[in-house]
Amino acid sequence: MQQILAITWQNLKSIPARAGTSLVAVVGVAGVVVVLVAVLSMARGFEATMASGTSADNVVVLRSGSSSELDSGFSGDQSRLITQSPYLDLASAEVYVIVDLPKLSTGTDANVPMRGVGADASEIRTQFRIIEGRMFEPGRREIIAGAGATGQFAGLQLGHTLQFGTEQWELVGIFESGGAADSELWADASVLQGAYRRGNSHSVIYARLGNIDDFQAFSDELTTNPQLSVRVERESDYFAEQSKALTTFISVVGYGIAVLMALGALFGALNTMYTAVSERAREIATLRAIGFQPLAIVVSVMTEAMLLASTGGVIGAGLAWLLFNGFTVSTLSFTSFTQVVFAFVVTPDLMLQGIVIAMLIGLIGGLAPALRAARAPMVAGLRA
Amino acid sequence: MSDSIVKVSNIVKHYHRGREVVEVLHGLNLDIGRGEFCALMGPSGSGKTTLLNMIGGLDVPDTGAVDVNGVRIDQLNARQLARWRADHVGFIFQFYNLMPVLSAVRNVELPLLLKKMSASERRQRAMTALEIVGLADRAKHLPRELSGGQEQRVAIARAIVSDPDLLLADEPTGDLDRDTANEILELLVTLNQRQGKTILMVTHDPVAAEHASRIVHLDKGRIPEVA
Repeated sequence: MQQILAITWQNLKSIPARAGTSLVAVVGVAGVVVVLVAVLSMARGFEATMASGTSADNVVVLRSGSSSELDSGFSGDQSRLITQSPYLDLASAEVYVIVDLPKLSTGTDANVPMRGVGADASEIRTQFRIIEGRMFEPGRREIIAGAGATGQFAGLQLGHTLQFGTEQWELVGIFESGGAADSELWADASVLQGAYRRGNSHSVIYARLGNIDDFQAFSDELTTNPQLSVRVERESDYFAEQSKALTTFISVVGYGIAVLMALGALFGALNTMYTAVSERAREIATLRAIGFQPLAIVVSVMTEAMLLASTGGVIGAGLAWLLFNGFTVSTLSFTSFTQVVFAFVVTPDLMLQGIVIAMLIGLIGGLAPALRAARAPMVAGLRA
Repeated sequence: MSDSIVKVSNIVKHYHRGREVVEVLHGLNLDIGRGEFCALMGPSGSGKTTLLNMIGGLDVPDTGAVDVNGVRIDQLNARQLARWRADHVGFIFQFYNLMPVLSAVRNVELPLLLKKMSASERRQRAMTALEIVGLADRAKHLPRELSGGQEQRVAIARAIVSDPDLLLADEPTGDLDRDTANEILELLVTLNQRQGKTILMVTHDPVAAEHASRIVHLDKGRIPEVA
């Protein structure tokens, strides 16, 4: 142990003399970690946005076979049957349409979800609150906009009038809901039905169970009713499923990019450590001649590689946190085909994951040079 | 020789140079007595350093035996050889081979890290070794702050600090001017005569060899004549 500590300490002290090559390894690894943590924090942020604001006793009812609110639909009679279920405390039959608004960042049109809601809608969304202006008045062409949407799309200022198709709407309030609804525009359901010629049909029902344990009974009641063809899901399950496709895609792309970059960083680390070993060939050979064991040499080189890589990892994770945590963007949800506004979430576990990957790069990048250092012919090394 | 510390018997060593196989040592025999100061001379490529490396356990012969102080070191594995070198041999190199980031005293302490002893005892022994070579006042200096001769003295202190049976010096004055070289050689003579160290020194410098009590000439991997 004493041998290992002595050689390792000596290695580390000599790093400033090899600052250039050491820096290449640190920067390379930091780059990998920044990209990996950033991309994963994007997936994490999307997932968190979709999951937040949901409540365990809330349910979502969609037409059977539909994949999202966009292709779901009920007639007025069916909506009434569902919302009048004795298992429900609150229910909101809602209309879901897509409107075009230019993105603030690019100026290009984006699909923004517009939701016509019932009277109970704001109570069902437990975190809903108006943060500016007021709630729309039922029966009037008024809308309120989610706080996330106002930061991403043009024209969503309080008091502005927005034109969708032939209809004009006045924006009277801004709300927060803590979830995906933050990306939406809300209006009165009956007004939206009229404006979009939906008759008395609805897209989806959001509801609050009277008793959280009644989920199965409520589901059975609806699915066994021959007048209905529905699927019933807990709100949290529905949003988890909605986010799954995109988060999986982002994660796969993120890991893919990270693996490619990691290969680059690995070669950087290999180069750095081969250079370090080569520059110190005589010192290493001398230590071995004096009687230091090959294992001590291997451990010392590996420690240096791991330390450089970990430093890169910590810097990368820190940079990712500084640059991306809370960074808000909008992206197209794969299931609803509308923009979802969300913030990157750089969590401690993602940062740790980045640092672990950095250490793996160090471990793999240091192993071959370490073995070379320990196995190189001593006699040649002494005269290097 | 009745009290040999080194007994080399019939050793053969080949090297590969590309596809060519070069035989460096051809069935060589050599005895070195305990307490001898032996200079190994010969032209470049005669196998002097190869022989020194065999005796120091840095290299192994293809055939033949190397017995040092009763141990057949040609039969030890790499791990055993490393431990054996730590316990029995002190090396002095032409270019000193000091660790550039360590002070003189820490360089001297290095072999003692392989022994079980306290940090204070280690420091005390390293300082004693530096005193023997006359560099106690430079203990805290880094190698780059020392002259060539001083660096070689530190290297000699490192070689003797663990009180080895045998000192092996490979061209120890090859990188020094004549006056400094003489000082180093006098130091080796002192270590040989006063401390009783057995020294085997490779050199191609006849003036350096004259400081030894015995000179062995090597030519093309053989010892034609012992002077």
